[in-house]
Amino acid sequence: MQEVSLLIGGQAGDGMMRAAELIGRIFNRLGLYAFVINDYGSLIRGGHNFCKIRAADRQIWHHRESVELIAAVNQDTIARHQKELTGDGRVLYDEGAAKYEGPHEPLPIPLTTMVQEVGGISIMKNSAMIGAIASLYGVPLSVVEEVINRAYGEKAAKNIELVKRGYEFAAKNFKPILKVEPVKRDPTPLISGAESLALGAVKAGMKLYITYPMTPSTAILNYLGPAQDELGILLIHPENEIAVANMALGAAYAGVRTMVGTAGGGFALMQEAFSMAGQAEIPVVFVVGQRVAPAVGAPTYTAQADLKFLLNAGHGEFPRIAVAPGDPEEAFVKTGEAMNLAWKYQSPAIVLVDKHLLESYMSIGIDENKVAVEPPEFAMGQEEYRRYRFTASGVSPLAFPGQKGAVVKVTSYEHDEYGYAEETADGIQKMQEKRLRKLSSIILDLKGRETVKIHGDPAAENLVVAWGSTKGAILEAMSLVNRPLKFLQIIYLSPFPEWEVSRHLSKARDVLLVEGNLTGQLGSLITEQTGFRIKKAVLKNDGRPFDPVSLAEKIKEAFGWK
Amino acid sequence: MEMRDFDSPAKNTWCPGCNNFGILAAVKQVLAELVNSGEARPEEIVILSGVGCHGKISDYIRVNSFYCLHGRTVPPAMGIKVANQRLKIIAFSGDGDAYAEGISHVVHAARRNLNMTLVVHDNEVFALTTSQVTPTTKRGFRTKSAPKGSFEAPLNPLHLMLSCGATFVARGFSGDPRHLRSILMEAVRHRGFSFIDVIQECVTFNPIKEKYLPKIYDLNKEGHDVTNFSAAWERASEVERIPIGIFYRVERETYEKQLLGERILAEEKPIPSIKKALQEFI
Ligand SMILES: Cc1ncc(C[n+]2csc(CCOP(=O)(O)OP(=O)(O)O)c2C)c(N)n1
Ligand code: SF4
Ligand SMILES: [Mg+2]
Repeated sequence: MQEVSLLIGGQAGDGMMRAAELIGRIFNRLGLYAFVINDYGSLIRGGHNFCKIRAADRQIWHHRESVELIAAVNQDTIARHQKELTGDGRVLYDEGAAKYEGPHEPLPIPLTTMVQEVGGISIMKNSAMIGAIASLYGVPLSVVEEVINRAYGEKAAKNIELVKRGYEFAAKNFKPILKVEPVKRDPTPLISGAESLALGAVKAGMKLYITYPMTPSTAILNYLGPAQDELGILLIHPENEIAVANMALGAAYAGVRTMVGTAGGGFALMQEAFSMAGQAEIPVVFVVGQRVAPAVGAPTYTAQADLKFLLNAGHGEFPRIAVAPGDPEEAFVKTGEAMNLAWKYQSPAIVLVDKHLLESYMSIGIDENKVAVEPPEFAMGQEEYRRYRFTASGVSPLAFPGQKGAVVKVTSYEHDEYGYAEETADGIQKMQEKRLRKLSSIILDLKGRETVKIHGDPAAENLVVAWGSTKGAILEAMSLVNRPLKFLQIIYLSPFPEWEVSRHLSKARDVLLVEGNLTGQLGSLITEQTGFRIKKAVLKNDGRPFDPVSLAEKIKEAFGWK
Repeated sequence: MEMRDFDSPAKNTWCPGCNNFGILAAVKQVLAELVNSGEARPEEIVILSGVGCHGKISDYIRVNSFYCLHGRTVPPAMGIKVANQRLKIIAFSGDGDAYAEGISHVVHAARRNLNMTLVVHDNEVFALTTSQVTPTTKRGFRTKSAPKGSFEAPLNPLHLMLSCGATFVARGFSGDPRHLRSILMEAVRHRGFSFIDVIQECVTFNPIKEKYLPKIYDLNKEGHDVTNFSAAWERASEVERIPIGIFYRVERETYEKQLLGERILAEEKPIPSIKKALQEFI
């Protein structure tokens, strides 16, 4: 079994994230499966910024707390992360910027000098560092060059020169850590949740992405902005989130599949429009990236504490679709599905993600055929068009402004079938019931889709229950626990798949909840929806994803396996 | 087409004598004229309105409509225009809607020169919520929210729009529906962000017609140069006499042309495959 685990660190502005992504790409190129996580503060220059890169010859889902190599462009990185090193770990560092004497093996390298020699700028240190890391792991230089060339295009020359210098220096002066063997397999992308989610939406027909920057959803903007022409879509960034959401309503009314992206705080501002999407039956997909809250919280750190907020957002009663993918592949498929369901059932949909999923990179297969545009029901146009026609399913056929013969009236007021304001008791009740009939239609539809996933041993009596990006840490922890264990990953949060969840809960003997919040929000949702009470829980809300190793210990403890 | 082809089956609930009736009639005439002149097909017209007495206009015209949330008339208009720039967009807002709750959107639409018309029914009061002060309420106006009389300096909407970069700035008077109809027609024909602040009498909470009528005059009959920004600014400062008409009109590239060229997003098919995009991650 091959396995690589390292950390690189420096100040914000030192280009650590880019470097880590490239190291991940190098391993991915070799056929290993990589996982890259970045950790940074809310500042642009200075501070501390590090990334962990893990790679192995099998599918991996998460990084590990401990590493065998620290690569540091500053002193601070060594001081902060030494304790994460394994016993035989090493410290690779720029001798022009840091000092290190042990206890771990010091690997000094003159990065600053190398950059000066080629007449480069400080950030290019990373290229020499990447070269040295590649050499330590026995990666062929040609693979590194190929990745760097692709990443930097015409500007690659100096970086390539530095890669070579770093590579040669390490080869001459350091003992290799190991020699990774290329793995033969179908190539998979190394992709972040933000990128794959965006592609899923595009594949499901999204033509317009509207957003106001807010970490962590900014990662979607950063991808779609430059890629918009190639993807045949448009990105706009208006004055605030209230405008974002209301613009999305307008665009969808006019027939364009539209998605908006934000974090909890931005979504708080969108709530009135979210409610209007329910009232006026306008399909809009809301991507909400969770970060540490309340209020501004810790902007660049992950959390799972907005579940109840999202499920209860918006005044009034109306159907909403809410889905929480757990990895980039699910983000691709489920965001596409959310877009399709929103349009089929003319209801708002939420894709609930978090910083950890949006910004971490992972090698994972993505089959684009899993997402296609599912056409909604369109009006045929013999009789006078009624935007809110009563039907058995609750779904009224769609028409858009511009369509000859149809007068399309949508409204934030309660309304009759044509869309004129309605205040009679009977009229209000009927339209409320019509909207809620869609809920039964969505549930019927969902029964034919994957609403939960079962991992591990399906016959095991010990059950772990979780949602969203904790999936990765749990899967890794399960491989460390080494006991019959079943994991129920709940993907749809609304409508809630109680038909699946109840079944699995009733079969389990001992159940443990794992969530990135302190109140067990999924647990109380399960109680509300199924009557089951889960008594054991591993909960935390410290901004960091779970570490598989310590999570494994907690699982053992909870199930009395210690 | 005639005006009455736009009549809707909804029961009108404005107070008898409300000046919104005059605005409604002017709008229907303009819509009929647009269709008859071949400038727009009826299905290509979309109206939007805010929440307030004025907002009910969406219900009273049988045409595509988007009856917005309070203060949010402009963002959906922008969404609609971005989705399908062939659509003709006319939005109706109140002084509470446009200048209190939703002022940020109005500022940005003007700055962007989004090709749409915004008509503000400026009755200097929150009417539908039974009379509270708005940003255009005059000093001294007494109401439950200002029992000792309003002491806040009122906003000058024309100055606001001029400084934000609106390319068409006008003022109408609901007491003169013929004049209103003619500037509305010009506004709707304007390529860019056209703005009309309509002095609208609310007979129930703010009967202002008698007070305003003697002071009102048509500035376009007095040789005003509509391309002269400083002249527009000065006319908009007048208080002794109250000018109505077109203050300012210039051409500037629109938001949607710069954003989209000739693209009609609503008619574009999604790309058939994302294979190439995925390849970049390998
Ligand atoms: C978010 C929100 N806040 C408050 C209201 C209550 N409300 C309804 S109409 C209105 C004021 C309308 O004033 P204006 O825009 O001047 O319209 P008018 O009734 O004078 O035509 C308010 C505050 C609302 N509907 N929504
Ligand atoms: S309250 Fe005023 S604005 Fe509202 S309908 Fe009556 S007269 Fe018209
Ligand atoms: Mg008003």
